[in-house]
Amino acid sequence: MRHLLSTRDLLRDDAIGLLDIAEDMSEVQNREVKKLPTLRGKTVVNLFFEDSTRTRTSFEVAAKRLSADVINFSAKGSSVSKGESLKDTAQTLAAMGADGVVIRHSASGAPQVLAQSGWIDAGVVNAGDGTHEHPTQALLDAFTMRRRIHGDAARGRDLDGVSVMIVGDVLHSRVARSNLWLLETLGAHVTFVAPATLVPVGASTWPADIRYDLDAALAEVQPDVMMMLRIQQERMNAAFFPTTREYSRQWGLDDERLLALRPDSIVMHPGPMNRGLEISSRAADSAQSTVIEQVANGVSIRMAVLYSLLSGDREARS
Amino acid sequence: MTTTLINGATLPDGTTTDLLIADGVIAERGAGLSAPAGARVVDAAGLVALPGLVDLHTHLREPGFEQSETVLSGTRAAAAGGFTAVFAMANTMPVSDTAGVVEQVQALGDAAGYATVRPIGAVTVGLGGERLSEIGAMANSRAGVRVFSDDGKCVHDSLLMRRALEYVKTFDGVVAQHAQDPRLTENAQMNEGALSSELGLKGWPAVAEESIIARDVLLAEHVGARLHICHLSTAGSVDVVRWAKARGIEVTAEVTPHHLLLTEELIRSYDARYKVNPPLRRDDDVRALREGLVDGTIDIVATDHAPHPEESKDCEWDHASFGMVGLESALSVVQAAMVDTGLFGWADVARVLSQTPAAIGRLGGHSHSFEVGASANLVFVDPASSSTFTVDRLAGKSHNSPYLGMTLPGSVRHTFHRGYPTVLDGSVLGASEVAAAAAAAGVARG
Repeated sequence: MRHLLSTRDLLRDDAIGLLDIAEDMSEVQNREVKKLPTLRGKTVVNLFFEDSTRTRTSFEVAAKRLSADVINFSAKGSSVSKGESLKDTAQTLAAMGADGVVIRHSASGAPQVLAQSGWIDAGVVNAGDGTHEHPTQALLDAFTMRRRIHGDAARGRDLDGVSVMIVGDVLHSRVARSNLWLLETLGAHVTFVAPATLVPVGASTWPADIRYDLDAALAEVQPDVMMMLRIQQERMNAAFFPTTREYSRQWGLDDERLLALRPDSIVMHPGPMNRGLEISSRAADSAQSTVIEQVANGVSIRMAVLYSLLSGDREARS
Repeated sequence: MTTTLINGATLPDGTTTDLLIADGVIAERGAGLSAPAGARVVDAAGLVALPGLVDLHTHLREPGFEQSETVLSGTRAAAAGGFTAVFAMANTMPVSDTAGVVEQVQALGDAAGYATVRPIGAVTVGLGGERLSEIGAMANSRAGVRVFSDDGKCVHDSLLMRRALEYVKTFDGVVAQHAQDPRLTENAQMNEGALSSELGLKGWPAVAEESIIARDVLLAEHVGARLHICHLSTAGSVDVVRWAKARGIEVTAEVTPHHLLLTEELIRSYDARYKVNPPLRRDDDVRALREGLVDGTIDIVATDHAPHPEESKDCEWDHASFGMVGLESALSVVQAAMVDTGLFGWADVARVLSQTPAAIGRLGGHSHSFEVGASANLVFVDPASSSTFTVDRLAGKSHNSPYLGMTLPGSVRHTFHRGYPTVLDGSVLGASEVAAAAAAAGVARG
């Protein structure tokens, strides 16, 4: 693999390969010495044009556990916010010898533009671009599901027949998109539940069922996985729904709905959560919740991705 | 004054003839004409002759955005594409909303000489959408403005649009509407549909265009005014205009070459050369636009030539500017979309790219049907050639063409503006040579 830009064009075998490498990385994390020498001498740049402490930290930890040198390049307070272009930034990083660039950007497609631009030869990892994709989040979610479902026998397995319900702001969610494509590739079945204002135009052509009524959908589908999406504050001013109270009543995972789930269903959230809005505290902290596991698995997945992109002779691999 | 004998050109109706160009007009036509002493002789065997192309929708960018294009460079691009007249859009800086600015733009065009420049006046002051600009003063200026447009922005206030339609009628003018509901397209990036949802780019829904067109044709009917719709881009818009014409409403419509050939699928690359407003649409829209052009629902093809410097396109999609250059490629694209598909003959091309746009813009003495005495605005095309479109074909300042690297049919071999050549053997003539010829033609005309 040269870059990781989306899950949509990730082949099944490559996806499972990454999940399996992440299993190995996860084992390393349980050791006393958590570090591998694999990427010694390589430089990974975290190029963040959007604030995200969680994702940036996760990539930083992952790169450091592989012994790479890590540079955090935040657009806030740097020359980028003074009007330096993506092109100039990329060429600057290339001149400094970056081997891998982890990019988060508010503009959809920015990682792809960077990867195909010729401005920089580094491997590019999309760490979230606009409302397009967030592939490492989807991979860590799939990893989390596979572990919960298959336990120690997870290696080599896909998610055939697993039913995943994704609830909330699908319209603006790169997590929902990346999950959809990856889950489809891995054989899972996806149901989106959201008010019609938060369902993307044309989503009826996507490989997912689309429902508006959460209670009816829950009763009917009895999903293996409930994934709640974060409702962003700015959506509330744009008339996507009348009030947060109404949203929470209709589409929040509250205590009653938690009880309505099968006992072996798992509850996921990509974080950060709005407790009491899209998810109640009891749901977030229940034994069914994987919120904390997702964070830990995120490091394993990102180690697997960086390892796959950057280890060995990249020219020979591409 | 140059005299030129054109040997063996094929006219749009398929007949072959010689043409003698003298004193700025078609002096003789017929077989076996002989060249007067000192005349230039051009062998046009195998070439199709068309009346000089007329673009009702060009952004020349001067004054104010000379890093993208100037009147000189933009009309040079026009000549390269076979155009002999361009209507220059009003979104300059300062905006072309006063007699002074439109006269200046026209004077720059006259001096350059590559093509006749007809300024378009802004409908509202500063394109602000609030107060009518001095439409009468522009109409009565030396520029004689007849087309008024806030293009780039929609005249979205219903009452203001009604007043504009009524007021412009006073001067035999026409309002050219950029149909785009601003609220429905805030921060819009591409056609709204399954693909925009997948790519995570904010959608520009078809309804934002169609609803404005529907309102405006009804307003035009109500006040009995002429209305022109810029760059129709959706199947629904074709339906609305077809309905309006059937009802007898005096509406004309244009389509761009790129909306006749390209679709939104190109945007999967996030290559900002494909970012344009209105956006590239679906296959179904392309098909409907071609059908509309064939059945006369759409009257003309206009380029919406929109030059931008490299840095405005070499960046993230969201940050890139809207627009494509189109003058140099228009004829090849129309040939690919309409002629080579069997939908159009060359007489249709002459109609939609020359005669009808001249009529809509009230451009007198320019387009023609090759009658003796007509102003010698002519273009000769080699329809049999086919080549990769490269930057060598671009003659303006900017290179933001979506066709670079594509194979396109046809090439412009010669262009004559008011009887003097601006392009010979596929090469654009130098600025000083053309300016001198233009000055001489001006003197000769008195």
